[in-house]
Amino acid sequence: MKIVLTTVSPDLETDVDPRFGRAANLLVVDTDTLEWKAESNPGASASGGAGIRAAQFVADQHAQAAISGDFGPHAFEALQAAGIAMYVYGDCQNAQQAIECFKAGQLQQVGGPTRGECDSGHHGQSA
Amino acid sequence: MIITIASGKGGTGKTTVAASIALSLAAEQPTPPLFLDCDVEAPNAHLFLHPKLDEQKDVALLIPLVDEAKCTHCGKCADACQYHAIAVLGKKTLVFPQLCHGCGSCTALCPEKAITEIPDRMGVIERGQALVGISFARGVLDVGEPMAVPVIRQLKKWVTAQPGQVVIRDAPPGTSCPVVETMRGSDYLLLVTEPTPFGLHDLRLAAQVGREMGIPSGVIINRENGSYPALEEFCSENHLPVLLRIPFERVIAEGVAQGKTLVEIHPKYADHFIRMFTQIASLL
Repeated sequence: MKIVLTTVSPDLETDVDPRFGRAANLLVVDTDTLEWKAESNPGASASGGAGIRAAQFVADQHAQAAISGDFGPHAFEALQAAGIAMYVYGDCQNAQQAIECFKAGQLQQVGGPTRGECDSGHHGQSA
Repeated sequence: MIITIASGKGGTGKTTVAASIALSLAAEQPTPPLFLDCDVEAPNAHLFLHPKLDEQKDVALLIPLVDEAKCTHCGKCADACQYHAIAVLGKKTLVFPQLCHGCGSCTALCPEKAITEIPDRMGVIERGQALVGISFARGVLDVGEPMAVPVIRQLKKWVTAQPGQVVIRDAPPGTSCPVVETMRGSDYLLLVTEPTPFGLHDLRLAAQVGREMGIPSGVIINRENGSYPALEEFCSENHLPVLLRIPFERVIAEGVAQGKTLVEIHPKYADHFIRMFTQIASLL
């Protein structure tokens, strides 16, 4: 099963990044073979809609689950539309630990956004 | 002539000053000024100028509507959208209206012609006559809508000044896009500040925006209470003339709290504002 985790560095030995849309890296992992690849998150530098952009990436990878610390309303809506399950890290500090916990069914699945909307007063509307 | 009153920091007295200038000019000029309350997220100039807002118009943005029957989920729309307001997620194309800037790129680029545009209301613009013959107009952003700029843009387009009529634009606080949109096209920028570190910090930012946009600017120091050398230095280093100083006075605070402008609290301010206006006109 293919999953995507938000991480600080682009490798397996990394701390998790608790943010979804603004996470530095997205780690794509096959939980059966433990094959992985890391990509810098295209949402991280977006002027707005970061969560949507990151969700688009997860969907494009044909992943079945996303793991992060936090899913905002837009990210939640986008991932849900794509049929991608969302899980939160809970106490997991690093990516390997999170993958193990996920495989053991110990991560909590979320059924709604885990926070309100970001301040979206002026998301990059260029003058 | 279009004069925009901005500040950077909120609560420095933009609206008090803007309304007072409008009233002073109305008594003096052959055509009373046109006043635009561009602080569409929290318009409040009506509290001072008491307009009768008898004309209204909805402001809407054209946002995409995707016909899922025609959509092949090719993703061209999502690639084109720099605001990520449209996303292709597997076999679904989702639109996020609050992120859409209404540019129409997705509609234009869709190879299947699966996208049409529908209006999405975000606020209203209103106009009417205010005190002393002042033409008044304002925008009001709907609650929960994040983008003020389209409302300000429509407001500016909706009202046109008569020949020789001075336009006073009351800007929102801050230095972000709504402020930039309000400043755009102005002949002069009046920056209202207060002699505090916060006031100076935000004045720096606002003055920078004005400079970047090439709009001649001057400063009004409100609530002046003794000398604040850092502010004076900033103004002189940046060639920003201090056009007026309003003292920190209890009677002014009380008057403003009761919905009075400076010229109603202290009638002598009408002369100050007229003199300031003449000075600005001579600078341009």
